[in-house]
Amino acid sequence: MISITLNGEKRELDKEIDLESLIDLFSLPRKRVAVEVNHAVIRRVDWPDTAVKDGDILEVVHFVGGG
Amino acid sequence: MSDQFSLAGIIFGSRLIIGTGKYRSYDEMKAAHAASGAEMVTVAVNRVPLDGKTESFLDHLDPKMQILPNTAGCYNADHAIRTARLAREALETDWIKLEVIGDQVTLLPDNEQTLEAARVLVGEGFIVLPYFTDDLIMAKKLLDAGCPAVMPLAAPIGSGMGVQNPSNLRIMREQLPDAIIIVDAGVGVPSDAAIAMELGADAILMNTAIAEAQEPAQMATAMKLAVEAGRLGHLAGRMPKRLYASASSPIDGAIK
Repeated sequence: MISITLNGEKRELDKEIDLESLIDLFSLPRKRVAVEVNHAVIRRVDWPDTAVKDGDILEVVHFVGGG
Repeated sequence: MSDQFSLAGIIFGSRLIIGTGKYRSYDEMKAAHAASGAEMVTVAVNRVPLDGKTESFLDHLDPKMQILPNTAGCYNADHAIRTARLAREALETDWIKLEVIGDQVTLLPDNEQTLEAARVLVGEGFIVLPYFTDDLIMAKKLLDAGCPAVMPLAAPIGSGMGVQNPSNLRIMREQLPDAIIIVDAGVGVPSDAAIAMELGADAILMNTAIAEAQEPAQMATAMKLAVEAGRLGHLAGRMPKRLYASASSPIDGAIK
């Protein structure tokens, strides 16, 4: 079991998975989003090769209305 | 008359840039955007909700609009830099409205952190459009850092107070004749926009004044006209102010 922080919320996972699978696991949008792991942007092409590890802090962002 | 506005190599027909926040509905926003004639809109970077919904806000924007992501909600340079990098990755754009806020009550910018973030982001190839206090020296530093334009506030964000320091804008215009100055934040009514343009601003960025109007599309039209009127007034060159009257009709020859 590993524990991560996803968009400020604690989440438990059975085991380490790659970022691509994590996006699917949480049914997150894939279009025009960006992902940061421990304050570093992970390019989309690198999602499948990026392991999400215990204690990782992830931010998945999209766009909303703003000025 | 052709009076196009060129910014970082892109030519815009409109000198009005508008926001996408605070609208009561997508329909109202779309109608306001269309009425404004704006060709660039701002959007904010925000966490994806973990509820499994995959709708994108961007689908509600006219695809012809250039999208300018902002770093709203950032309180230090590091936070703003991270937000800008995420925006670039998600949107594949180098354009960023840099906003580093110094205080939650006033939402006034932290100029020191803004400058620090601007230097880093320009170094990374971003087209940095910084929101900052209407201060000439700060404007010079941001331009020296490589920002293609500066975006001084007229008044605090969302205040609708209008241009609080016209002298500051006038001084900035006179001292930086070649700089692109975009007044960002604080416009409330069309006359505020016209005043900023008359003072020599190249463009105006606004959100709340349109979104919170009773009729946003109507206000968007009014702002479009005000920006155009102010621009024309600036180009035309105003008459000198006089303390005393100057008769418009001939005095000689009037009957006695």
